[in-house]
Amino acid sequence: MFGLCDCDSFFASCERVFRPELYGKPVVVLSNNDGCIVAMTREAKQIGLKRGMPLFQIKDIIEKYDVAVFSSNFALYGDISSRVMQILAEETGDIDIYSIDEAFFSLDRFNPENMREGLLQVRNKIFKGIGIPVSIGVAPTRTLAKVASHYAKRYPGYKGVCIIDTEEKRKKALELLPVRDVWGIGRKFGKRLDYFGITTAADFVDRSESWIRNEFHKSGVQTWKELKGIPCKESEELSEKQSICTSRSFEKMVCEWEQLVESTANFASACAGKLRRQHTVCQTITVFVLSNRFREDLEQYYNSRQITMNVPTNSTMEIVNTAIIALRQIFRKGIMYKKCGVVLSDISSDKAYQQDIFDTKDRLKLSRLTKAIDSINNKNGTDTIHLAIQNVSDKGQNIRHEHRSPCYTTNINDVLIVKV
Amino acid sequence: MGLELLNIADSKDGIMMSEESVKAGFPSPAEGFSDNTIDLNHELIHHRATTFCTRVSGDSMIDAYIHDGDYLIVDRSLEPHDGDMAVCFIDGEFTLKYIEVTDKGIWLRPANPNYPKIHVDPESNFMIWGIVTYSIHKR
Repeated sequence: MFGLCDCDSFFASCERVFRPELYGKPVVVLSNNDGCIVAMTREAKQIGLKRGMPLFQIKDIIEKYDVAVFSSNFALYGDISSRVMQILAEETGDIDIYSIDEAFFSLDRFNPENMREGLLQVRNKIFKGIGIPVSIGVAPTRTLAKVASHYAKRYPGYKGVCIIDTEEKRKKALELLPVRDVWGIGRKFGKRLDYFGITTAADFVDRSESWIRNEFHKSGVQTWKELKGIPCKESEELSEKQSICTSRSFEKMVCEWEQLVESTANFASACAGKLRRQHTVCQTITVFVLSNRFREDLEQYYNSRQITMNVPTNSTMEIVNTAIIALRQIFRKGIMYKKCGVVLSDISSDKAYQQDIFDTKDRLKLSRLTKAIDSINNKNGTDTIHLAIQNVSDKGQNIRHEHRSPCYTTNINDVLIVKV
Repeated sequence: MGLELLNIADSKDGIMMSEESVKAGFPSPAEGFSDNTIDLNHELIHHRATTFCTRVSGDSMIDAYIHDGDYLIVDRSLEPHDGDMAVCFIDGEFTLKYIEVTDKGIWLRPANPNYPKIHVDPESNFMIWGIVTYSIHKR
């Protein structure tokens, strides 16, 4: 069985942690440059807002319903994500971070008799301790766990935890699920599925394996098997470009800094390769490390650190360097590490940036600069530095983030003010 | 250079990167570590995931030695008890007070005679955001 923990309206929920008056109110978060909606709360969906809507088109709705609007604040989201993952790792042991707001986890520690109660407790710990609501799905495969979390999120009756543990539940879940919502095939094959009259996940599963192989190739067959309850996908294969993750468990536990650096560098560089192959750039890099949960005699440790860069990149040097800076911040001596990994997120097309801002000569200069800036950022805050880079690159346009919240958790000048 | 790194990492058997690439690109691995320093993060933060840093504005807790501009270490995971100092959210604002739990409900008690005790209306939008575990004051 696999568990999936998925944060609800993650970016918007992060904003609510420090603005509790926004609970129950519509909140939207805008893309880089305040262009369009990238995330929103249920209340925002209910008044007709949708992902991808440009800000200028929704000005009226925002005014009418008093919608809270935020620019993306990846420094904040990354830090909150790391906190959620830490609690999840403490409570469940082995976790596999899939994106900034989702992670698979092992169910070994949970007693099948009262798994639901155990998972509700995890959910409560995350909500109370951090303020982020999560949905938890449990099922025999990762794809089905995602389906389960989909139900946990949409139907209040589940109280945030949905477990698909019988054939009956699995069948019913697939009958009610639009095939477009299935992980791994929905977006990719939407039109072809329509063409064949496949509307629910159950329709898809009812087809024969050979037919699926003909029409949807290997990845289609994998999804088909997963939906039938046969695990065959690694979490990395499920990615739909929202994030790129490379991680691996070490055969032998690792405790030396040099060894961890080496693995992290390899993972980071593999991620950078993937980025370039799909012609994208990323702006946020997360590194995580994990101790061996099966060795209860050893000190247990999980930590992750995310760094958001001022300019999106797909340069191996820059991504590797940044990953190592992140690793340095979380490395602790005396821990026997079992696993580490690198996650790239905040991914966008490389066309907008590479051609406008960089040329080949500037790139090296910029990558050095970025490194220096990162260390300054920790002390002085992101905004001014961001502008400085824009000035240096000369051709750069000013990036708008008019509605950005303070970096409550990553900048001492931005911490929450408590009136006394 | 970038390409070279990519090729090495892509050959899935995990070949080590050459010394040269490491030296060219990375900060010295030995920097910044020391066995014998006191780490205040470690000492003051018992639960990293749920601990937040906040700053004080105002003087209603002055008799509890909480001054304007002080930093507070706040742990959200702790259960509130009578007498705890807590960051509360009430009437659309964050405030720092002692919490008093009585038969007649919850009260927020300042530590300054110039300020009144606040009774928490059970109907109101009130939450205990976190419990203060340390305060940091610059001398």
